[in-house]
Amino acid sequence: MREAEAGLRELIPEADVFEHNKRRLYIRIPREKITQAAKFLHQERGMRLSICTGIDTREGFEVLYHFSEDKTGTMYTLKVLAPKDDPKIESLASWFPSCDWIEREMSELLGIDFPGHPNMRPLLTSDTDWDKGKYPLRRDHERRAEEHED
Amino acid sequence: MSEEQKSTKTRRIVPIGPYHPLQEEPEFFKLIVEGETVVDMEINIGYNHRGHEFISPELTYDQIPFLVERICGICSNSHPLACVLAIEDCAGIEPPPRANYIRSIIHELERIHSHLLWVGLGGHFIGYNTVWMWAWKYREHVLQVFEMITGNRNHYAANKPGGVRRDISKEQVPQVLAALDLAEEKTKLLTNAVLDDPVILGRLANVGILTKADAIAYSTVGPTSRGSGVPWDVRKDDPHAAYAEVPWDRVVFEEGDVLAKAKVRLLETFESIKIVRGCLENLPDGPIEARIEEIPPGEGIGHTEAPRGEVFHYIRSDGSNRPLRHKVRAPSFMNIASNVVAVRGGSIADAALTLAAVDPCYCCTERMAAFEDGRLKYTWNDLLKLSWQKTERLREKLK
Repeated sequence: MREAEAGLRELIPEADVFEHNKRRLYIRIPREKITQAAKFLHQERGMRLSICTGIDTREGFEVLYHFSEDKTGTMYTLKVLAPKDDPKIESLASWFPSCDWIEREMSELLGIDFPGHPNMRPLLTSDTDWDKGKYPLRRDHERRAEEHED
Repeated sequence: MSEEQKSTKTRRIVPIGPYHPLQEEPEFFKLIVEGETVVDMEINIGYNHRGHEFISPELTYDQIPFLVERICGICSNSHPLACVLAIEDCAGIEPPPRANYIRSIIHELERIHSHLLWVGLGGHFIGYNTVWMWAWKYREHVLQVFEMITGNRNHYAANKPGGVRRDISKEQVPQVLAALDLAEEKTKLLTNAVLDDPVILGRLANVGILTKADAIAYSTVGPTSRGSGVPWDVRKDDPHAAYAEVPWDRVVFEEGDVLAKAKVRLLETFESIKIVRGCLENLPDGPIEARIEEIPPGEGIGHTEAPRGEVFHYIRSDGSNRPLRHKVRAPSFMNIASNVVAVRGGSIADAALTLAAVDPCYCCTERMAAFEDGRLKYTWNDLLKLSWQKTERLREKLK
């Protein structure tokens, strides 16, 4: 087993590891453990955050933190699920500037709340002519074709 | 008056943007200055949000590479390559060896033209228009190679899930090699001229320093981090295409200033020439694409080293012919954020150069305004002049 994977399993016993292939690992963890897990991967294992992906699924909002361990070329993806009626995930931006922009992006495009973010203002959408509370990457957002129907 | 009140009183804002003349997309850099010194910066993006992640799930896997190819005009091969790598990772497809070699050839040719483009613009910003004209003239050889092997000078449409769309014929190989020889000779000339010039060295050294710690904290990628002593390079770390099969070295400098980034780009050009040559000489025979029956439900990550750093694509499939979610991250998303620390403590004359040093694309509307107390203070030409004057002063001093 990989060192980082073993360390993570020890740190978070409930972590559910899925190995897609030898360079791609997906690790599902409870959302309250995200700070602990990210600190372990970045600060102790020296991994780089490639980016986060937010997805609206049937079960809730899933946020994927893609960490790259460059010395082995392995992608460690942490998966966190936030229920739809409480879409909150602790912000990492206060200690990890790489998360600053992407948390703002997920907040405005998916409506996920990141409590603890030092500067939560819209990143991509306009601050004047965009309805707050309209989240284009949610499943219930109207698709373009329907919006322009006459 | 306390010390703090004094300093806030003299603070001014110099906005660069919203249509930044150096960027691929319109972006807005709000420089907070005290006198000539930049003390802080605020970055606003999103003026040209095109919603690729929103459009992509409406398209089929065959169509998506064409969509993501339009994200960037300069590195138009890196997005489709990362995208097809993600699709192949999800489906567990291995493209045939010949396709891998052709992918590496196109990708490295693109790096050569992109790096030369940056060197040219960098020269223009410090008042060395000869460097600009030379670099762009020598870049032309590479664009002609592209036209010959792909049919286009840009937007090559080379990648498809499972392989590549066009083969390189036996007759084309010697022509490409000849063009490479010419490009190598001229680039060597240019590199020696640039790195021997005391004024250029004085102008670029110790400007806009990004420390190694900051490069790691901001997860910067590509030449931006390799100029700060962080050796990350996806081509070596997670080898794809034919990168593991031909000899080449990564280029890393420790200083973190604009000069280090310029050196990384100039020397990487020669590594790219080495890779293209290695690939062309060992080009295996065989098919150029693998047949794909279907994309199974699951997830795939594809990343590759674009000229500006790692391009990252993530695909989630539900087993249909369209993805459920497609995440795209371009290198500038990480690199531009790090400008906040690189620009701090420098002068306004250096700001334009520092902001350009992460190599954002330049093909954008040239328009900008800088206001002080409601009136126009610096136009784009004024800022260029400031930068040129500093070069001139250095030149006088070194005479």
